[in-house]
Amino acid sequence: MKVWKFGDNIDTDMLFPGKYVYTCSTADEIKPHLLEDLDPSFAKNVKKGDILIAGKNFGCGSSREQPVIGLKAVGIEAVIAESFARIFYRSSINQGLILIECPEAVKAYSKNSEIKVDIENGKINIGNNVFSFPKLPKEIIAIREAGGLLNYTRLKLKNK
Amino acid sequence: MDKTFIEKILARYAGLKEVVPSQIVTVRPDHLLTHDNTAAIIQKIKPELDKYGIYSKSLSIIALDHVIPASSEKTATNHKIIREFVKKYNIENFFDVGVGICHQLVIEKGLALPGKLILGSDSHTCSYGAIGAFSSGIDRTEAASLILTGETWLKVPNSIKINLNSNLKKGVYSKDVILHIIGDISASGANYCSVEFHGDISQFSLDDRFTIANMGVEMGAKNAVFFVDDITKKYLSSIGISENSYFPIYPDNDAYYSKELNYDLSDIIPLVASPHTVDNVKPVTELVDVDIHQYLIGTCTNGRLSDLRIAANILKGKKIKQNVRLLVLPASKDILQKALKEGIIETLVNSGAVILPPGCGPCLGAHQGVLAPGEKCLSTANRNFKGRMGCKDAEIYLASPATVAVSSLYGKITDPREVTL
Repeated sequence: MKVWKFGDNIDTDMLFPGKYVYTCSTADEIKPHLLEDLDPSFAKNVKKGDILIAGKNFGCGSSREQPVIGLKAVGIEAVIAESFARIFYRSSINQGLILIECPEAVKAYSKNSEIKVDIENGKINIGNNVFSFPKLPKEIIAIREAGGLLNYTRLKLKNK
Repeated sequence: MDKTFIEKILARYAGLKEVVPSQIVTVRPDHLLTHDNTAAIIQKIKPELDKYGIYSKSLSIIALDHVIPASSEKTATNHKIIREFVKKYNIENFFDVGVGICHQLVIEKGLALPGKLILGSDSHTCSYGAIGAFSSGIDRTEAASLILTGETWLKVPNSIKINLNSNLKKGVYSKDVILHIIGDISASGANYCSVEFHGDISQFSLDDRFTIANMGVEMGAKNAVFFVDDITKKYLSSIGISENSYFPIYPDNDAYYSKELNYDLSDIIPLVASPHTVDNVKPVTELVDVDIHQYLIGTCTNGRLSDLRIAANILKGKKIKQNVRLLVLPASKDILQKALKEGIIETLVNSGAVILPPGCGPCLGAHQGVLAPGEKCLSTANRNFKGRMGCKDAEIYLASPATVAVSSLYGKITDPREVTL
């Protein structure tokens, strides 16, 4: 498992360049361009179970769900950041990508730290330190448990 | 208890007596805005559309604006898919290639009204706070879900009160005001919050308010709102909307704000957001002499008639510097027609400007003015992210239409007060 560490204000153009927005929308189309302008080695080397750590305002900028779909599709276990931008956060709920807002954990992490994320119990272990993060509201957990917003909507329509 | 704008409007739409910050409510928006991305949205839910149909033909507002006219077979096919969807489901509000930028059209066609709730799969949906509506950006998947069900959830945010006091000096514009605020509180300074503008607001035209609300998302705001006054009413009346057809919402005097900020507008000077974040704001005086290759006046932030008029007044009878490009994009066909009538377009073309069709143009880096490595662009748009205009090795600077127009004459960043004073 690898940890990919980035700084503040990682915007949607760095995560997925705007020039591909109207030509790539499926996971397979998105994957080769994921984080292309931020770290060209990412798309080639990312593996299932990897973790992303970032500073403030991760995902700021456009309404652009391709990076969310892409990060979920390559198997990112969680994105841990000091804070997230609103639309990116909402989009991650819709796609089932796990985002954890935990500034203390971001600050405590340094290269080669051992890191373990326990989503169920809301804990991040970094070396000998344990950081907690709050549970999501029940309305949001319901979307995640359905397997994302579209599945949630499909269930709703079926039960109407 | 006294309530903020957002607490009142979300209570109205949730059908509840009152709501409090952090509460999650279910709402049915008046409209859902989508643009070229409609093709990708409807493809996600093809079987469901066939089975259940759409929730309502009056919910969607669809405008083709992002990559228009189509730049490739792929984007042309997207447009075709959208036109077929519009026809099949009798979508009431559809604007084809060339009518304008989606956000401009929502305001111009009277689809955003005071006290209404609009969501859109575009981050600058927050623009309609200019008219006293609640509006906010969502993603494509959520837009797909709304097309099917007409409802979604919203969390009640905290509110920030921004007091804009005193008057702007000559050569300083609403763009400088919003850049000043973002530079002060940072690109995440209003994250998840509803931002309200108070104070000496009557100096701001609807166009000015549009520019400020439009960039609310650049400080992380969920929405950014101005309250209905005579200027709003006059604008709405000018597009044929009478006062008894909308229901404005005003915050109460003693509402709770998580933050209150005060700005003395007479202190603000022309500003420029430098690469590669919108909050990297510097006084224009610190950047004079930065050579610029491409100048852009337009986009949903600053492509309105008043913006083009400012540029034309500066460029009248003059020529832009040799070997630079000035691109002008009117935000709508209506603006383009008015600018033609007023002689603005002729002035701009005579000065050396290239007029692009009403749409988003090169703002998102897909076509019509993409940058080369090492090039710099001075733009009236809202984002200067690395790679935004199609090239990661180019630089984007953001400023007011006056600063961009004046600078194009000299081929480098120039203080507009030198010319407009």
